Amino acid sequence: MRYVLGVRIGPVTFRIGSDWQGPIAQLRTLYRDYPRDDGVPDFSVRLTPRRPWRRWIRPAVMIEGDFVIPDAAPLPLDQGVLAAEMGMNLQMALGQRRFLLLHAAAVERNGRAIVLTGESGAGKSTLAALLQTRGWRLMADEFVLLDPASGLVHPFPRPVSLKNSAIDVVAEELTGAHWGPLMRDTPKGAIRHLVPAADALAAAERPARPVLLLFPRFGLPADQRGVGAGEAFVRLTQASTNYVVLGERGFTALTRFVGDVTRVAIDYPDADAAAAMIEKLW
Amino acid sequence: MPARTLATLLADPGAALLLNRNAWTGVLAAARAEQLIGTLAMRLDGLALPQRVAAVLGDARATALEGRRQALWEAEMARRALAGVVEPVILLKGTAFAAAGLDAGQGRSIGDLDILVPRQRLSQAEAALIDAGWMWVKPDPYDDAYYRKWMHELPPLIHPERDRMIDVHHTILPLTARMKPDAARLIARAVPLGGGLAVLSPADMVVHAAIHLFGDGDLSGGLRNLWDIDRLLREFAEGDEAFWPTLWAFAADHEAQRVVARALRLAHVLFATPVPEMWTRAGAADAWYLQRLLARDGWGRETRPATRLAFYVRSHWLRMPPAMLARHLWIKWRMNRDGRPPPQQEGQ
Amino acid sequence: MNATRYRAPPASDLSMVLLDELVAIFHRASGITHLVASPVPELLTALAGRWMTLDDIEQEFELIDGDRASLVSIMDGLGVAGLIERA
Repeated sequence: MRYVLGVRIGPVTFRIGSDWQGPIAQLRTLYRDYPRDDGVPDFSVRLTPRRPWRRWIRPAVMIEGDFVIPDAAPLPLDQGVLAAEMGMNLQMALGQRRFLLLHAAAVERNGRAIVLTGESGAGKSTLAALLQTRGWRLMADEFVLLDPASGLVHPFPRPVSLKNSAIDVVAEELTGAHWGPLMRDTPKGAIRHLVPAADALAAAERPARPVLLLFPRFGLPADQRGVGAGEAFVRLTQASTNYVVLGERGFTALTRFVGDVTRVAIDYPDADAAAAMIEKLW
Repeated sequence: MPARTLATLLADPGAALLLNRNAWTGVLAAARAEQLIGTLAMRLDGLALPQRVAAVLGDARATALEGRRQALWEAEMARRALAGVVEPVILLKGTAFAAAGLDAGQGRSIGDLDILVPRQRLSQAEAALIDAGWMWVKPDPYDDAYYRKWMHELPPLIHPERDRMIDVHHTILPLTARMKPDAARLIARAVPLGGGLAVLSPADMVVHAAIHLFGDGDLSGGLRNLWDIDRLLREFAEGDEAFWPTLWAFAADHEAQRVVARALRLAHVLFATPVPEMWTRAGAADAWYLQRLLARDGWGRETRPATRLAFYVRSHWLRMPPAMLARHLWIKWRMNRDGRPPPQQEGQ
Repeated sequence: MNATRYRAPPASDLSMVLLDELVAIFHRASGITHLVASPVPELLTALAGRWMTLDDIEQEFELIDGDRASLVSIMDGLGVAGLIERA
């Protein structure tokens, strides 16, 4: 491929190739503070035109790679960063085998981690980004990596994908943060990627012991309830893209995880309220 | 050329110790694209490999073992569903290799469950599977009618809870194809494995693999199918002098001598498969087939799209008389234009 | 015709973990995880690797009170899930 970027994010390495210079240039800027990596990658992502001539005429980026889903819709060239991010997510979702993947965010303090999971739109990305200014290290926003052998959570500090109004909310608080380009007209509205704070990148290979599992819901009066181990187990199997393919390793890792952590569903009206509840719970 | 290096490593794992970093990156991408990564991982197990290569292959090995577990379980569930209707259940392709403990099953990725049932038992088998929770995949009446009239299998069924497909074959090529496999003989010569399962006889298994490689589909995934043939030939011919004559006689039963001969020649060229001397000399179109089998770049992309299209048309040509082909392609084309999904190609 | 008999996988083929009020079961032959409640774990333990008829089961489980219909529906469900085999 004409343009290539090799990058390491926590314990995972990617090789991203593109037939256009634009997306790779944007990615180089976005991943400015991440380690470059030119070794044998865990995963390859390819950004290619649908047909050769579509490199120039109405260019549309097809998302391909080691692992693909049929009929992934192409994106316009100016959303190349989004295409690359989706491609990397896809490789992880379909190809990751070393860790049990939980679709969740995680933050850490003193070697102990809190995992925040819940349906998309529950506000966990925004909350995880904002907890950075409240004494927490951001470990992951999209995929939490649970090591079946040790039971530890490993960081995967990708840029946080923020949508629509969340972009301004976070920008207001995190002054001086490093951002990717603002993409206004994506299939999910406006999207902008926020690079985690320096401490998150510096500790990108330092795992932590999970102690608290939260099911946060934004926009409701502050409230909380305990969640049974069985319910948490079911919800996490549904929030994992590789639980089944890991076989018994996944079963052992997840039953142990839900047994070990405190499990709480919290409703919260704003980040300050959530942060206060978390301080009490943990 | 990553696909060629991949073939070399499969045949001669020791060559792995000579590979540099760039070559590894390309080989792993090509192996993933050809669904040979699990096979490669099993072949190279135990060698002193670079740490990151070993990590990728370790993941592939674990994945292949899980895939094997699920494939064998699917066979067991089909056996339970078909008990009293079809006994034993004759397994085909990847599941058969795994269930019979053949080398060809080592690390192999296994897709749908393929089974062979006598044609006169087809409707009963279908009813028994539906009774046990399988459902039709295809909502389209044209496809359904097409399958039932012309194909060598029932329209695919899926078990929604396990999310696994089953292809119930009554022969191993569409009824429209020019080769005429003799399904009754395949069934009569099948070898029981115990536990209510069976596989084709060794020679029939090789013939089926060759027909599957050349007569079915557009040769994508062909490298894996040719590797199956290498493994089967080595394992079956070892210490059995009668194997080669039997293979040739069985190939004749199914009117498949040409594809079997070509498979033997290509396996010999690519994997140094020991074959009788008459199949060590290259045939006319062999170079073209080789080029197609090895058409992967270091990013796992297919190269030579023109060759690929020719093969796609050719594979339909082999399976259907021209007038029917025209009708089929036209309907497919119309369906694509209407924005509806084209009928699914057969699983590899 | 003989009465239908049922059999569960041998104990070594199942991994059971108690999760509060539920039991998570990993079935090694299939790689499938099942989340079940009582009396399923007890039934699987009783049937592990041995054939039993419904009469046998009722005799061993006095708690089922001879409610044959509900026992049959449990066994049917377990059969579809692949956790028991019938013959």
